[in-house]
Amino acid sequence: MTPDRWVVLVLGLALVAFIVWFFWLKRAKGVRAAETSSGYQEVMVLVKGGYTPDTIIVRHGKPVRINFRREETAGCSDKVIFADFQKSAELPTGELIPVELMPKEPGEYVFACPMGMFRGRLIVE
Amino acid sequence: MQGTTTPNATKHDKSPKLSAVGSVEHIDLAIGGMICPHCPPAVEKALKAIPGVRNARVNLANASTSIDFDSSQVKAADLLHAIRSVGYSAGAAKVRIPIKYMHCSSCVTRIELALQLTPGVISARASLASNAVDIEYQPEQTSFDAFRQAIESAGHRVAEPRPATPEERELSPEDAAQREEYRVLMRKFWFAALVSIPVMGLSYPDLVPGLREWMPAGSETRRIVWALLGLLSLPVLIWSGSQFFIGMWDALKHRAANMHTLIAIGISAAFLYSIVAVAWPGLFPKMSLAEVFWDVTDVVVALVTLGLALELKAKGRTSEAIKKLIGLQAKTARVVRNGKEVDLPVEEVIVGDLVVVRPGDKVPVDGKVLEGSSAIDESMLTGESMPVDKRVGDEVMGGTINKTGSFKFKATKVGKDTALANIIRMVKDAQGSKAPIQRVVDAVSGYFVPAVMILAILSFVAWYLFGPEPRIIYATVVLVTTLIIACPCALGLATPTSLTVGIGKGAENGILIRSGDALQTSQKLDSIILDKTGTITRGEPALTDVIVASGRKEEDILRLAASLERGSEHPLGEAIVKGAEARNIKLADAEGFAAIPGQGVSGRIDGHDILLGNAKLMRDRNVALDTLDKDWGRLAAEGKTPMYVAIDGTPGGMVTVADTVKPDSKAAIEALMHLGIEVVMLTGDNERTAKAIARQVGIERVLAEVLPDGKAHEVQKLQLEGKTVGMVGDGVNDAPALAQADVGFAIGTGTDVAIEASDVTLIKGSLQGIVTAIEISRATMRNVRQNLIGAFGYNALGIPVAMGVLYPFFGLLLSPIIAAVAMAFSSVTVVTNANRLRFFEPKRVGS
Repeated sequence: MTPDRWVVLVLGLALVAFIVWFFWLKRAKGVRAAETSSGYQEVMVLVKGGYTPDTIIVRHGKPVRINFRREETAGCSDKVIFADFQKSAELPTGELIPVELMPKEPGEYVFACPMGMFRGRLIVE
Repeated sequence: MQGTTTPNATKHDKSPKLSAVGSVEHIDLAIGGMICPHCPPAVEKALKAIPGVRNARVNLANASTSIDFDSSQVKAADLLHAIRSVGYSAGAAKVRIPIKYMHCSSCVTRIELALQLTPGVISARASLASNAVDIEYQPEQTSFDAFRQAIESAGHRVAEPRPATPEERELSPEDAAQREEYRVLMRKFWFAALVSIPVMGLSYPDLVPGLREWMPAGSETRRIVWALLGLLSLPVLIWSGSQFFIGMWDALKHRAANMHTLIAIGISAAFLYSIVAVAWPGLFPKMSLAEVFWDVTDVVVALVTLGLALELKAKGRTSEAIKKLIGLQAKTARVVRNGKEVDLPVEEVIVGDLVVVRPGDKVPVDGKVLEGSSAIDESMLTGESMPVDKRVGDEVMGGTINKTGSFKFKATKVGKDTALANIIRMVKDAQGSKAPIQRVVDAVSGYFVPAVMILAILSFVAWYLFGPEPRIIYATVVLVTTLIIACPCALGLATPTSLTVGIGKGAENGILIRSGDALQTSQKLDSIILDKTGTITRGEPALTDVIVASGRKEEDILRLAASLERGSEHPLGEAIVKGAEARNIKLADAEGFAAIPGQGVSGRIDGHDILLGNAKLMRDRNVALDTLDKDWGRLAAEGKTPMYVAIDGTPGGMVTVADTVKPDSKAAIEALMHLGIEVVMLTGDNERTAKAIARQVGIERVLAEVLPDGKAHEVQKLQLEGKTVGMVGDGVNDAPALAQADVGFAIGTGTDVAIEASDVTLIKGSLQGIVTAIEISRATMRNVRQNLIGAFGYNALGIPVAMGVLYPFFGLLLSPIIAAVAMAFSSVTVVTNANRLRFFEPKRVGS
């Protein structure tokens, strides 16, 4: 093998390792929902290229209100679906849309756009 | 729908006014929900408990209260609050008016004050955040113009939406945004396409005679021309391709990757290679390697952008059904206010309003006909093509169209409570839900794009290590092609688009499918349980047979029976009266009417003593029945309810009443069996009646004498046989059974479409809807499967070919441009296939 081949091989494998780490291994730290006086655990989620924050930590047995605000017009993100809770909401651009959930069992629940390109996790403790 | 209203009964014989009497003011408020005699004292007590209220009188007849109060101590809003706190609805319509240039908190106070001083305004709350004021008001006392004047007197202006053309008015902000996005994408496409033409031509000078001589390989001319092409392609990359880079960046911030990531990396790789080739050709061992790929960048950007635009357009079409439904909402209503007919925006109609509908008008809200009659076209909501006759007492639905007559009706549901608003909400919810089949895609989609990136890198490395010369060019082409051909969008679009069209199609046919889950399960039902009463049959008794003893006339017997029953409120009696009326028989007056509990009725008509009732009644009164007895047995065996008629102690004949089968039940049940579904009848009735009905409609399996709370258990028993079971019922008595079933179908009645326990609601009370629902679910799921197979298959074939697996065997390698064509049209194909469902037509059985 010529030196340039070695370089390409090593660089290529390094890139693959980086992709695996960047997209799959590194987990974002979650944001804990704040408890309001009304008894809701509330959190704001920005919808733009993804959900920010995309990992929300809540306590079980208390109602959760997630306020989505979508700041883009891309077709995929116009809805958010909480499949485990049988809930979905339309997210018109620029409007604050609350989604209310009652997580009874601890666990990890995914929320996503209809196409599944945008994903977030609701971690119930 | 803006401006929700609260229930409010109004009567306007005396014009209600808010008038100042010294410091004591007087107000008349309408109260809703007051139905019992003990209600007024409760309301009066609550009002009088407020300090500052001098007097409060409640009038049950016109459901209103008149209050004298000291305006320095109490505000009108407090009065409303007090009424609401004891459980009644009071007040008023609500409206939100946007205000222009409201910047300071003093503006807020000024506007609120000006509005509160306007007669008829109960409360006004302005908000800087929303730039709007929410007004609670009494619609019969004020108008939008009064609000505008008040706001202008405070030095502000009402932010009016610019006058819109009818077409634009139906366009939601979302649609407008989509249209704008389409326009921008098309502009980007045309620019990229125009640039592509010269770039394509000049990128391959060796293939074009003339050019080859003018700019030979390695010459300075060629380098300069290529550098110029690069400059020309730069705006294509930066402007036409901007959405790819923005999309990639937004996703990367979330450690995610999408279609944009793939395209952006692909076109950047091609572009960077070209820059190196032009700027530092010396880096390449051979001159022939210093190739440019500007054409790849330009053409890929053009094609993929075109694909995005087409996809956007096609996707807009998938939600056509819901747009149609939204378009059904009436804009104005003709309402009687203060004894005059006025045209009002539909938002201002409140519960209890008397609404006038003329021929050709749209019925604005839900209500009950009080006066007049007409035929109404309800096809847009129920899918029933024949106009439906409406008489006094019948329900009408907002959004339907009045055909022939004119009538007045009392509004019972307005705003977000109308059947149409509920239908729209349910359809939207359902279109946003997921079918279980989508989970396959969800599992894949999180890994798809990074996996493609990894495959592209690995194939670059493989081609560089083992490929033929020029290796670097082959490796680059393979990298770019692999990135571009992969189409995560086709996968992502496959299920949701079909679901949107399918559920919309259901709504067009009067079938509300609650979720993707229900849609997917409906296609594989093995058994359907039909509740007898109200589902297969009409659910109300009707006159079926009149039998006469020798020497009597059929008409006479019916006339006597009906005349006698006219005074009774028993449903069987009503059926006889209706039956007589249908035959145009003139009824006589009965004297001395008496009901004998559990036996029948008696009375005197035209000087004759008439008895109507069962065998026990006849025996007790010593009426000999011998000749009629046989008929009685036969009719009872058919599941009917026969009643003897005796005239002056001698047998006269028999009238028979029965719950009759709906006209299209038999055909629908046959169609279900034809679809390979076992049909089972479930009823609380006795076995004989049940079997009689089952025979009429061709059902073999009958579960009779099931107690109401045993229905769910019967469903479960069938499920234990390993079957997927659908249950059809009225949604009220059958709720537990509907919930137990794999798919619960509720047969809707009138405006009550939001039946909670059901998975599917049929707005029209016909079994035909079940057949159509199953057909729609089968067609939709077939479409979903086609889409998924297409999308998975496309990627599973396209990616390896792009990586060059065919090259060692056939010498076949895809060009990045071919990959771009394939990618752009794969997602368009998926959406177009979903749109095919729009042409689904339910098979009409039995009509």
